[in-house]
Amino acid sequence: MIRLTGIERIFRVGDEEVHALRGVSLDIEQGEYLSIMGPSGSGKSTLLNILGLLDRPNTGRYELNGHDVTGLPDDELARVRREAIGFVFQFFHLVPRLTAEQNIELPMVLAGIDPAERRKRLDTLLAAYGLEARAGHRPDQLSGGQCQRVAIARAMSMGPTLILADEPTGNLDRHTGQEVMAVLEQVHHDGGTVAVVTHDPETGARAHRRIRLVDGEITGDESA
Amino acid sequence: MRFADLLRFALQVLGGYRSRTALILLAMGIGVAAVVAVSAIGEGARLYVVNQFGSLGTNLIIVLPGRSETAGAMPGVLIGKTPRDLTIDDALALKRSNAILRFAPLIIGAGDVRVGNRSRETPVLGTTAEFIQVRQMDMAQGLFLPPGDPHHSQPVCVIGAKVASELFGPKPVLGEWLRIGDRRFRIIGVLARQGASLGFNTDEIVVVPLASAQALFNTEALFRIFVEAKSREQIPLAKADIEEIIRLRHEGERDITAITQDAVLATFDRILRALTLAVGGIAAISLGVAGILVMNVMLIAVTQRRREIGLLKALGATGQQIRAAFFTEAIMLALGGATLGLAVGKLGQLAIGQAFPDIPFTAPWWAVIAAPLTAIVTSVLFTVVPARRAAQLDPIQALSKR
Repeated sequence: MIRLTGIERIFRVGDEEVHALRGVSLDIEQGEYLSIMGPSGSGKSTLLNILGLLDRPNTGRYELNGHDVTGLPDDELARVRREAIGFVFQFFHLVPRLTAEQNIELPMVLAGIDPAERRKRLDTLLAAYGLEARAGHRPDQLSGGQCQRVAIARAMSMGPTLILADEPTGNLDRHTGQEVMAVLEQVHHDGGTVAVVTHDPETGARAHRRIRLVDGEITGDESA
Repeated sequence: MRFADLLRFALQVLGGYRSRTALILLAMGIGVAAVVAVSAIGEGARLYVVNQFGSLGTNLIIVLPGRSETAGAMPGVLIGKTPRDLTIDDALALKRSNAILRFAPLIIGAGDVRVGNRSRETPVLGTTAEFIQVRQMDMAQGLFLPPGDPHHSQPVCVIGAKVASELFGPKPVLGEWLRIGDRRFRIIGVLARQGASLGFNTDEIVVVPLASAQALFNTEALFRIFVEAKSREQIPLAKADIEEIIRLRHEGERDITAITQDAVLATFDRILRALTLAVGGIAAISLGVAGILVMNVMLIAVTQRRREIGLLKALGATGQQIRAAFFTEAIMLALGGATLGLAVGKLGQLAIGQAFPDIPFTAPWWAVIAAPLTAIVTSVLFTVVPARRAAQLDPIQALSKR
């Protein structure tokens, strides 16, 4: 359902050209749980951004659910992001002035879903992620683990085909980190496709498929 | 994105940054209030002057001795030459014109008016019976001056309401005698209260026959002749007649000035309207300044809310949605500021209205419409750049920074 073919991403830093990704080809099936690992500067985040349609490759082809999304205009990309992709960030990126519930609702608001339907989905999501008691709290009144659960619920609110998590445990203590990973794994169990970028070997090892990236090239792709 | 959600989102932003919101509302409010209040003052002054002239009488032409337009003539000839006086006979000659309905010659001076041991300095008017019709005044009691040859006079007078109450208190005044200088006059009437008109309060005057005033002030010269034309259309004709009749009597010299009320009124109207526009425009500059403030604050908001904007884009917001969010915010601020400003401006207008009850302060309709409109247009205009900048923000960079 996701097919990357010969993806190249070159950044220009001053006079130098930096190859962030070199000829990356990758197929991801529906319902896979994979981790992308590698040292700093190996291109993990660039790959994630391209998968999340936040960045465009210089060359190569990206097919999502059978459609070529490589050359889509910006607004079309925004629509695909909204409908098909859910992001979970290291720093949660919740809007501080909005309550947990309003944060979860945000993608549905942007998509223009009608309020009754939003309410229904919100109730389901709040229950699924154990946030009922915290619905009216703002991010600064939530613990790190709760914030990340809100972020995951937000990512799930549009029923995406792909969940992209960028160091989801990077800002959490070990115990909370494992809890959050358990939540993400639950998403996978329910049939979602989950890709986790991390440089924590322990977190990466939990995934069923482990992709190793060094200097912009895939050097390892093992499935457990 | 639904419109209701857009509004709610903007409201949440405005509520999330309260001091910022309050500051912009204040700036916008002050701008709008300034435009409303200042133009209300200007308009009030205009209406005041127009009313004052209107209360003088209708189809009025005022004849004064001397030529006011000396431009273009040889200055050496005119300087030092005293204009010929206007006399009672000059005035009587005006009867020859068919365009003139009636006229009233006028002499003005200050007189020491005494009743028993009470005394008061008041303006004394010498005129004829027609004066009350020309100036459209009413009597409270008694009669105005009797008609007759203005060269001869009876020792009678008409007094203003305030003069009556100050000299006689609550006692009846008709038939009583008073002294002006060394002459005695019997009071035959009291003028109705009218208030000030062109800075001249008719409640505080004493009116005596023309010939008496001439004797009192020891002068032949008339101060003014008030002329009433037969109709509005006849005013120019009447004016031409007056100039011609007096010219013939003054050995061919055009040494009087005839001012039509309409001309004076129109001039004042024009000047004051321009003045109102000008001060309103100056006040509107403050709205422009408020607009620049909006731009500044919005630019800061783009920087401050980089992460949020990046997040919204990652969550699937289009550039258009981001722009819409910023414009909604700006319009809401402008509307809020305008409402606040209109309210404050109205209150200010009422406050100055309380302080100066004679002047009809009202904000002109164009100011009430233009001020909020300017507020909205400037804030939208000044949001274009920040909104575009926000819409073009690269979400990866925006999100990568903590």
